[in-house]
Amino acid sequence: MSLKKISKNQPENFQFNEENLLRAKEIMQQYPNGKQQSAVMGLLYLAQKQNDNWIPLAGLKYIAKILDMPYIKVYEVATFYSMYNLTPVGNYFIQVCTTTPCMIRGAYKLVEACKEKISEKENQLSANKKCSWTEVECLGACVNAPMIQINNDYFEDLDKEKTLKILDQILKEEVLKPGSYRGRKNSEPEDNRKTLLEINNA
Amino acid sequence: MLKDKDRIFKNLYNDLGDDIDSSKKRGDWSNTIEIFEKGREWIINEIKSSELRGRGGAGFPTGLKWSFVPKEVGTKPHYLVINADESEPGTCKDRDILRFEPQKLIEGCLLSSYAVNAHKCYIYIRGEYFNEGQNLQKAINEAYEKKLIGKNASGTNWDFDIYIHYGAGAYICGEETALLESLEGKKGQPRLKPPFPALIGLYGCPTIINNVETIAVVPTILRKGAKWFASLGKPKNTGTKIFCISGNVNNPCNVEEEMGIPLKELIEEHAGGVVGGWENLQAVIPGGSSMPLLPKKTCETILMDFDSLIKEKSGLGTAGIIVINKDQDIIKCMARIARFYKHESCGQCTPCREGSGWMWRMLERMSKGEASKDEVDMLMDVTKQIEGHTICAFGEGSAWPVQGLLRHFKKEIEKRNNFNPLIKTNKNIPYLVDQHLLDKDNA
Repeated sequence: MSLKKISKNQPENFQFNEENLLRAKEIMQQYPNGKQQSAVMGLLYLAQKQNDNWIPLAGLKYIAKILDMPYIKVYEVATFYSMYNLTPVGNYFIQVCTTTPCMIRGAYKLVEACKEKISEKENQLSANKKCSWTEVECLGACVNAPMIQINNDYFEDLDKEKTLKILDQILKEEVLKPGSYRGRKNSEPEDNRKTLLEINNA
Repeated sequence: MLKDKDRIFKNLYNDLGDDIDSSKKRGDWSNTIEIFEKGREWIINEIKSSELRGRGGAGFPTGLKWSFVPKEVGTKPHYLVINADESEPGTCKDRDILRFEPQKLIEGCLLSSYAVNAHKCYIYIRGEYFNEGQNLQKAINEAYEKKLIGKNASGTNWDFDIYIHYGAGAYICGEETALLESLEGKKGQPRLKPPFPALIGLYGCPTIINNVETIAVVPTILRKGAKWFASLGKPKNTGTKIFCISGNVNNPCNVEEEMGIPLKELIEEHAGGVVGGWENLQAVIPGGSSMPLLPKKTCETILMDFDSLIKEKSGLGTAGIIVINKDQDIIKCMARIARFYKHESCGQCTPCREGSGWMWRMLERMSKGEASKDEVDMLMDVTKQIEGHTICAFGEGSAWPVQGLLRHFKKEIEKRNNFNPLIKTNKNIPYLVDQHLLDKDNA
């Protein structure tokens, strides 16, 4: 359970645009009749995507109406799960994993890098208002530790220097290639492959 | 070392491509209809005799679980739910299956849904794995196009649909009933068991929930036979398993190996050894952060399977091996794990919600040497108050790693923590109820 800050500046209205309305209907159809409440998580994602990476309270009310469920139930879900931002974050939202497997491989050096490049404190916007960063719990790429997630992409096998470089590029809004930054292939043992060497599609 | 031909996940590192044509060349979907024709009973019995145990952490026999659902579909439909909410620190095996072997998972879904009479399957993927989810969606679309799933899936007269549901960053949703709550659009707070999901699960209908890896090995077992699977590993701990070796090793990696492989072989052979040499090893967490750590002495000989690790008061869990060498401060490492559990507790049961915070704060102080000696025993007491007093296994998961630390590194904690909050007085007589009468200085 995480603490959630709700933004003080809230827009008056929120509505899905046409594309997202269609997508929302698609999501609702995944679930049996009368169980449309199941779609709440998917719809919250859509709202977050449409509204610059955060969900306003008007969005929660709007979703409650679409799904025919009490507002408080949507509010509960939005505050329970840590990936819904209820206060503005940067367009580039950087999450640094600092749980033990990453920590023992130097994740706090990446935190230092974020502090240097983006903002002194977590969840503060950078000088150019484009980025913000936060420390998160295990992101599930432990053999590629330490790593960061920028929006949807994983950047793996990092150290402080590589992170500084990535952050520089992100601040300039360059498009980056996700994956390992030590040139390793996915989760293979680097330079020490002993398995699946002579396997081919047959 | 396991022979390459016996490995189930041949594309673990994506050497061969994850699209449907490459997967078919690797043998996926080759004779699905023949397996179907052998019937439901045969599939369940084959899985039972292969002694496959769930790969999600608890190690419950899969065939047995499947046999709990009602034999005939009553008024309520059955559901199959795949747990891809992989959030256990140290574990990243399901991610590679979702990325590189999605067809194995989809075929497994089809076969197991037939076995448990379900026409609908939901795959619950953690929200952070957005790209992995997109990749799986692509694979599902490919399978629909080739009519492998959907109406009359693979020509078997069985209608079958798969849907992906994204989580949103809650570790607790990996617990099966919390996952169901989340799937129903509620907060992910576990339900009381019984009733078990096999009878009353998703939307109150019979539901089978399995881990990604469990379902993904099903087609290969049915194809190569239960005997082949049971011949690998050890009795009651059969087959192969993807081990994730992370932490202070030279080549952290995922590798598929036989169950019951020695831990030392995994670390030395596949992961390139401990950073600073085997002598520099301090401790190993063998099965994801919920499992108690093992000291170096045990690591020399321990075999990696469910039963051997239980004998050492630990567990295989998800087989996420976290190696910690002597350069690390073990108390800090465990304090960070305690912080993880404090952050992820769903807040439903008081012992877990409050206790996980207590454990974290005490360990934080202990790592700085600001605790007193009797607090070490107090910490043990706190873990005992949490364990077994919660609705789900999260209580155990948060208490066990701390218990493991106290079991093996108590001396180190006591050496560091000498803080004494009491004012010392020189008393030669044992404490009495009316001591103040004897103690002239205090009177």
